[in-house]
Amino acid sequence: MTEIVRFDRVDAGYEGRAVINDVSLTVEAGEFVGIVGPSGSGKSTLLKSLLGVATAYAGSITVDGQAVEARRKPSVGYVPQLETIDWNFPVTVEEAVLMGRAMSSGPWPWPRKADKEELLRLLERLGIAEHRKKHIRNLSGGQQQRVFLARALIRNPRLLLLDEPTSGVDMKTRDDILHLLVDLNRDGVTVMISTHELNALAAHLPRIVCINRGIVADGSPEDVFTPEILQRTYGGEMVVVREGGVTLVADRPHVLDELHDRRHAS
Amino acid sequence: MTLMISLSEPFDYEFFRHALLAATMVGALTGLIGTYVVLRRMSYIGHGMSHSIFGGAVVGYVAGINFYLAAGVWGFISALLINATTRRRQIGADAAIGIVTTASFALGVALISRARSVTRNFDAALFGNLLGVSTTDLFVIAGVLIGTVVAIFFLYKQLLFMTFDPEVAPIYGVRTGMVDAVFALILAATVIASIRIMGVTLIAASLVIPPVIARLLSDRFAVMLVLSSVIGSLAAFTGLFISYYVDIASGASIVLFSAGLFVVALLFVSVREWIRTGRPVLATRDISSGDSQTGTAFD
Repeated sequence: MTEIVRFDRVDAGYEGRAVINDVSLTVEAGEFVGIVGPSGSGKSTLLKSLLGVATAYAGSITVDGQAVEARRKPSVGYVPQLETIDWNFPVTVEEAVLMGRAMSSGPWPWPRKADKEELLRLLERLGIAEHRKKHIRNLSGGQQQRVFLARALIRNPRLLLLDEPTSGVDMKTRDDILHLLVDLNRDGVTVMISTHELNALAAHLPRIVCINRGIVADGSPEDVFTPEILQRTYGGEMVVVREGGVTLVADRPHVLDELHDRRHAS
Repeated sequence: MTLMISLSEPFDYEFFRHALLAATMVGALTGLIGTYVVLRRMSYIGHGMSHSIFGGAVVGYVAGINFYLAAGVWGFISALLINATTRRRQIGADAAIGIVTTASFALGVALISRARSVTRNFDAALFGNLLGVSTTDLFVIAGVLIGTVVAIFFLYKQLLFMTFDPEVAPIYGVRTGMVDAVFALILAATVIASIRIMGVTLIAASLVIPPVIARLLSDRFAVMLVLSSVIGSLAAFTGLFISYYVDIASGASIVLFSAGLFVVALLFVSVREWIRTGRPVLATRDISSGDSQTGTAFD
């Protein structure tokens, strides 16, 4: 396999302040990688440093063999957190998706025939073709996520980055999104997602990177979901249960022990 | 017959024909640019820009420099400064803009108070005056309108992407620095071209009201853009006409007429939703980003 992402001793962040430090990481083409860690641990910063949005203050980052600072951007698709989207903005599904080709579809305000054909093909694949004329607000959570996935995919990316793609969606939608990403990955797209959902999402991925301002662990869920590693990642005591090939992680807040003791004492 | 004669009377005057043409073009221009201003949640920038340009215009007047040159250079620098401050996190954007623009405005007021002979001209600049529209003004406004339409035509996709999702647009290759600079230039040119008709104090309203009405009526960006321009033109044309008969400042008349249109549009959408849903609803929620929450008329 060929290497598609390389972090080499990277410090990166915003406005002169590093959020992640001394990060070294390589991702091979075709991999499916989950980034987990507590809030503020640098999950999003790690992804954004691949896009040049977060600045690398030390070390080097390459995507597809090119430095991320290079003027010519490598083929990367990015799906932001849905919380950052202005759902009241007057755009329809097809307008939002075509933004993915804003810089490659000629100088005219309207899309080219080839862009429209690709749009339709993509929307059909993602199961939202019938909604293409609708305003983005008038969709379900899963459909909204697919719109922004389509905007990333219309660029035909080799690397797809998703920032908390299942945050705030229901269980069914989360499963649908995961299946879709697995399908895309099977087609050869390298996928990197940040998530805080250890049981519902991360435990099903082939490779997990635990991060807390720096890389704490990197490996399969079986390797990295141990109480010791999770303690170092999240700074709290966590319980790991393995049963029938399923890994379950639960936090163990000491306040519950105290409440439990108090109840028994009384 | 008497009514027709009475309505056509103002057209006998060249100053009125000039003013009407200028106001109609200014209305289209502010409606067009205002769509981006409102959706980018920059409504306060129009207000700040006009006050800032006022300072530049007074400095130019006192120094004997052409109005358009002085106001243009001053306005462009102000727009770039405003754009730069909105990217900073240490100081709130509104506070930073308040400092830049009110300082500039205060400079203008200070110069006026030193040279009292210019007071009358700048009353017109503050509140709008239809008497002073020259042929040069008409050419300038037409030039700015054409330039703006051409710029928006060719930057349509980039501007739309940047307005909708400013974080992701540069990731996908949109040259945000260049597009922002062009937008700042267009905004400054719009304010300068509009200042004689609308007046410094009322330009912000003409940048905000037509797009908000258009947003109430449409859920599609392109439709909103066109509708906002048409509403801006219509409001300016009618408002100016009314100002002739009622003998009030042109800017005030245009803004009051626009506000009336807004109320009508709001009632229209609310009543329609009442009929559709069977329960009374006022379609005003988060109107700055255009959320009527109740569907629209031109979808």
